[in-house]
Parts: sequence; C-alpha cells; structure tokens
Amino acid sequence: MNFVRFALRRVAEMAATLLGASFVIFGAMYLAPGNPASFLLSGRSASPETLRALNAQYHLDAPFAVRYARWLEQLLHGDFGRSITYRTDVSRLLADRLPATLLLVFMALVLVLVGGLVLGRIGAVRGGAVDSTILITTALAVGTPSFVAAVLLQGLFALRLHWFPAGGTGDGLGQLLWHLTLPALALALYLIGMLARVTRGAMLDVLGQEHVTVALSRGVPKRRVIGRHVFRNALGTVLTTGGLIVSTLLVCTVLVESAFGVGGIGQLLELSITTKDFPTVQAISLIMVGLFMAVNLVVDLLHPLVDPRVTYGSGRSIG
Amino acid sequence: MTAVVPLRRPGFARIRTAGAPLYLLCLTAVTLLVLAALLAPWLVPADPNAVDLGNALAGPSVGHPFGIDASGRDTLSRLLVGARTSLLGPLGVVAFSTLTGVVVGALAGWRGGWLDSVLSRSTELVFAFPGMLLAILIVSVYGEGLMAPVLALAVAYLPYVSRLTRSLVLAERERPYVSASLVQGQSGFQVCLRHVLPNIAPVVLAQSTINFGYALIDLAGLSFLGLGVPALTPDWGRMVFDGQTAVQEGYPLSAILPCAAIVLTVVAFNVVGEHWADRVARRDR
Repeated sequence: MNFVRFALRRVAEMAATLLGASFVIFGAMYLAPGNPASFLLSGRSASPETLRALNAQYHLDAPFAVRYARWLEQLLHGDFGRSITYRTDVSRLLADRLPATLLLVFMALVLVLVGGLVLGRIGAVRGGAVDSTILITTALAVGTPSFVAAVLLQGLFALRLHWFPAGGTGDGLGQLLWHLTLPALALALYLIGMLARVTRGAMLDVLGQEHVTVALSRGVPKRRVIGRHVFRNALGTVLTTGGLIVSTLLVCTVLVESAFGVGGIGQLLELSITTKDFPTVQAISLIMVGLFMAVNLVVDLLHPLVDPRVTYGSGRSIG
Repeated sequence: MTAVVPLRRPGFARIRTAGAPLYLLCLTAVTLLVLAALLAPWLVPADPNAVDLGNALAGPSVGHPFGIDASGRDTLSRLLVGARTSLLGPLGVVAFSTLTGVVVGALAGWRGGWLDSVLSRSTELVFAFPGMLLAILIVSVYGEGLMAPVLALAVAYLPYVSRLTRSLVLAERERPYVSASLVQGQSGFQVCLRHVLPNIAPVVLAQSTINFGYALIDLAGLSFLGLGVPALTPDWGRMVFDGQTAVQEGYPLSAILPCAAIVLTVVAFNVVGEHWADRVARRDR
C-alpha cells in the first residue's frame, strides 16, 4: 500500500473516530442531571419568561438530534458556542488560554524526549551501577503522579528555596517561560521515567541481536554501533509511545495547571466542570481528543520512515 | 534411564516462587498496605474527621505520631482510613476491567468474524479518549461519589485488557492441545473456559496488577481536583490537595506523607506486577 492511500485511509478513519468521540462528548453532557439554566441563574428564582429566553438563547429546549446537529455545524465553522459561566464565546476563551497550555505541553515534551532518551540510552549502554541507579530512579518517577510532583516541587523550589515562582504566568514571554519551568518539570517527570524505561528495554533488545555482535567483532567503533545500529533501531519502538506521551501530557495539564494556577485550558476545564459550563467542557474535551488523535496519526505516518521494516498498512501502532 | 517429567500447567504456581529482594520487599509492602487498609478502623489512634483547630499544624507527638493537618485533623488516622478509599477504588477498576476485558477479548479472539471487528472498532473509540479525560467527563456529569469514576476508568482500561486477551487467545488456539481437545469432542466453550483461559490467566493477572497502579494514580488525581470521592471521606489524593495549605504555612508534613503513600503504593504494585510479567514471559521462551 503506498503512502498516499495509507494516509488518506488513516485520515478518514480519524474523522470517523472523531465523529464518534464528539457524539460521546455531546451525549454525556446531554444526559447530565443538572440543568444548565439553573446555573445561569445561579440560585436566583426567575420568571417563566426569563427561563424561556435563556432556553432559546442557549437552545436548551430543542430535541437531542437537533442540538447535536447544530453543535456539529457550528463546530465546522469554528464556533464552539457560548460559555455559560463567562458569558462569552468559548472560542475566545480558548484563544486566550490555549497558548499557555501549548507552551507548557511543548516544554514538558522537550524535557521528556531529552531526559527519557538520554537516560534510557545511558542505562542500556553503561550497565552496572549506573544502570541500577537509573532503573531505581525511573521506577520512582513512574510511580509519581503529576500532581504529587507538582505539590512537592512547588513546596521545595518555590515556597522554601524561592528559586522559582510558586504559580501564575507572569507578563511577557521570558516571565512565562520562567513561571512554566516547574509545572513543565512536574508534568514531565512521570513520562521521563516511562520513556527512559521503554528506550532502555528497546535498546537492550537490539543489543542482543546478531548484527550488533557482528559489527562489534568486525571492529566497528562501539560509539558508532550504538548510535547507528542500536539507538536507531530502538527508535521505532520508542515512537509507538508517542500517542501515550502526548495524551498523558494533555490530560495532566488539568492537574498541574490547577496546582500552579496556570491560566491554561487545563485549569479552564477544571473550573468549567465545577460550574457545569457544558459548552466549554465539550470544546476542551474535543480539542484534547482531537490533538491526541492527530499525534497518533503522525506517529503512524512517521513509523515506516523511522523503521523501514514497518510498511504502510501492515502493523498499526498503538496509542 | 529417562525420568518422567510431569506435565504441569504453567499457571499460578510459577508466580508464587521466590524472587529478587526488591520484589519480596514490594510484595511485603503490598501485603502490609492491604492489611493496614483492612484493619484501619481498629488501628486509628483518633477519629480521622475530628477537628482540633487549636492544635492545627502541630508536629509529631505521642498522641499524634504524624502530626496534625491544617484543619486540625490527625494525619496518621487520615492516612490509614484513606488507604481504604485509595485502594478500594483501583481494586474496583481492575476487577471490573479485567472481568469484562477477558470476556470481550476471549470472545473476539475465539469467535472472530463480525464480532471481532465490531469489538475492535468500539475498542478504538475508547482508545481515542485518554482514561483520565473520560473519567473527568463522566464525573462532571454524574457528580460526587466513587462509583462513577471507577466505572469510567474501568471502561477506559477495558481495551487494554481485551486487546491483550485477544492476542493471547489467538496465539493459544493455534497450539496442538486445543485441536486435540476439540477432536476428542469437547465443546469450544469448554476448551476455552477450562484450558485456554487458565493458561493465559497469569499474563492477564500481571497486566492487571500494573493497571492497579495506574488506576490509583488516576483516581488520586481526580480526588485531588475534588472530583469523585465525597468531601469528608479521607483519601490520599484529597489529602495532598488539603496539604497544600500546610506547605504554604511552612509545615509540609501533612502533604509529604500522603504523597509518599501514593508513590510507594504505585511503585510496589508496579514492581510486583512487572516481576510476574517477566516470570511468565521467561516461561514462554
């Protein structure tokens, strides 16, 4: 199967799954027992006319199929509806808050890739005491949830040592980067451990194979064998964890942004849930699922380039 | 002379054999944790919800070995009682996802055909939702209580179990003993239930043990956000959240202890699960 056909098929599959996901997200919110109109009124009693006006404004009284179809149509026009709590367009809320989250996720992703690959490679190549130390540290990292890391890092480096700010986002890009360092580290810690363990395992698998022994016995320098034959071969396995890494990063922003008071979409999701601001919850959930699926698509398309033994349409990578 | 080697089912017996010291240490930790959770009502030195504001943030003392949190509650008692909620939730997730996942995966692997493709398609949809996000969505809709997040996470973990079971069943049904039993007139259902499932059980069990740690992380995260576990119920995730106040005041003990409890529990379950998985994998080589 050639690249174009494979890519088209995967994009079509992704669109179908995304449609299914949108149905689940919208359906779940539709079934919710709480009535959004009562949150709009925030406890005040309202005349029947006010209620009717509210229902008409937010289309709360239309049947399910009509509301779902309208919601989808608006989505295709880039309109996520109006936030019930903030009384403004959800797309504007997202535009304000998405950059901070994307920067945070990007910083964490860089930390994960650099930390995970380097640690995993060192562990596999060096062996001995270095390897054991890395194994134990990464085992601890894998057992540390992002919010635990957030509270501990904040307590030690921000509140006790005052090296970093304890929360917020500051003004300007430099300040923003400075404020996001600890949150990014908290977000990345667990995944650094996971990626290091996956990389180490994949490299050890390759190290035991015959072509490595042959290359070494023929006098190819060890550095080159590790870099060209072992690490390069292991990258294919590592790549399949890409989807998992990005989805974990996205979801954990909810916890880390709340702990550090970073005004991104993670914190917005938490706030919208407590206030039952359904349009915002729907939009953020859909964005997270969409980003996650886009990354999976890219991983599927990249896999044969990184590992030529995998051909388009043969194995499917896992999320 | 040739000794008759008894053919033994490579089942749970392999799991019980002694192993590395780290594994034994973690197995002990898991046992102690479960015991502590079971015996919590008899072990607690004080009522976990009794408030003594005058003593808030007091350090360790004879009456309160781990000190008192920012709301004036005994930390040790809350840790012990919190172990019950914090372990019961993941247990529910693992039990539910394993049972349904094995049924779904075995059906898909054994019967194949349209059933297989329908199950794979729906599995893919669940895969598109990161587990935590699904749980957050469900909790936001159905509100307080442990049941909703546990069911949501179980649904999110189900595909992992069913996919593993499916591939194991597919491999297992190719083995000669399956056709031998079928030729002898046993029904496919019987072969599957009495031979195939017990043979793949150790692998699934090892995976479920590892899933326990992930489920604990996810559930603790939810209660850190104030979702799921009801407000007054002691829970490790909630304790970390409450502990943030104490950290800001400069008395981090009541935050560090639940953090440590979570990390140690997850690590212990991971080590035990991975040890089992290694053992089973070695048997197959």
